[in-house]
Amino acid sequence: MISDLVIVGAGPAGITAGIYAARKKIDVLMISRDLGGQTLLSADVENYTGYQFITGADLVLKFEEHLKQFGVSLKENESVRNIRQLPSRTIFLETDKASYETRCVIIASGRRPRWLGVPGEEALRNKGVTYCATCDGPVFSGKAVAVIGGGNSALDAALSMVKIASKVYLVNINPALAGDSVMREKVENSGKVEILNNAVIEEVLGEKFVRAIKVRYAGALKELVVQGVFVEIGSVPNADMIDFVAKNKSGEIMVDQLNRTSAEGVFAAGDVTDVPEKQIIVAAGEGAKAVLGAFRYLARLR
Amino acid sequence: MADIKIFSTATCPYCVRAKKYLTEKNISFVDIDVAADPMAAEEMISLSGQMGVPVIVIDGDVIIGFDKTRIAAKLGFTP
Repeated sequence: MISDLVIVGAGPAGITAGIYAARKKIDVLMISRDLGGQTLLSADVENYTGYQFITGADLVLKFEEHLKQFGVSLKENESVRNIRQLPSRTIFLETDKASYETRCVIIASGRRPRWLGVPGEEALRNKGVTYCATCDGPVFSGKAVAVIGGGNSALDAALSMVKIASKVYLVNINPALAGDSVMREKVENSGKVEILNNAVIEEVLGEKFVRAIKVRYAGALKELVVQGVFVEIGSVPNADMIDFVAKNKSGEIMVDQLNRTSAEGVFAAGDVTDVPEKQIIVAAGEGAKAVLGAFRYLARLR
Repeated sequence: MADIKIFSTATCPYCVRAKKYLTEKNISFVDIDVAADPMAAEEMISLSGQMGVPVIVIDGDVIIGFDKTRIAAKLGFTP
């Protein structure tokens, strides 16, 4: 059974695409690892038009309600592993559970946290190493933790851990902290955060759980005793599942004004693309544009 | 009636979604806030071998993360 359209991802771009596709009566299937994407992890959203203040989680609920209204087919908790083009010019997708064939695809798979890439990180992931301070912070109550990074996300994580942890190290690879000055001042005046600039984490130590990290700092290799490591060093696009479209140096899928990629029948929208601004409202708009483009493409096929 | 425990934190959005999902399906569960209860945090860590929330235990089966598909399969309904 060949669908007309498969949408990969159900964040703001994917969900908006789903709604537009349903209203165009396109035969559409959505496949996503989760519902909400990065928006779910945003605490306070104050710049989504129409909502002066809303939590990311509540905004996702609104998106979900709107999508459910149209009864769009959605395969949740399913990850697309590989996308390829068949000789018939249809597109073949393999997930961790099944495979699908479609005439047209919109990749709206967003981004994931960048990993450190140091020894011990993989083995101790979720055993002290975490990429979501919002989710897992409270589990480290009364323990010593390290936040790796120096931008707003790292400052935010450090500040939220000040109230929870016994000790917070901020391990920043650059000579100075970046991020908003208000955040920087709060961290510097918190009295509980030891800021290490020009510091590079080299290893995460521990057998069953994290017990320490090795950091190169002030010319020496130091061991810091921590039970938690919060990694806040940016994000990478979830574009590994497709290799036949043009991507930029950051691995983002390149799209034109109609959200077309370099491959026919393949569209992309939102944070996974090279759209310069990574914002919820931009992603939603990109999702809508991509479907309108896909609709025109499908009409020409007939 | 299944015996269900959710280990969660107040700030974790996946925990909120998991609880909402079960409530919508009229499934009762015990919500354990691991931030407020360090002993419960230890229990969660030893049950699941890891420190991420949510951890959902259904009749002794441990599910890590809000895996709607697995939860529905375990409880016998379509997600």
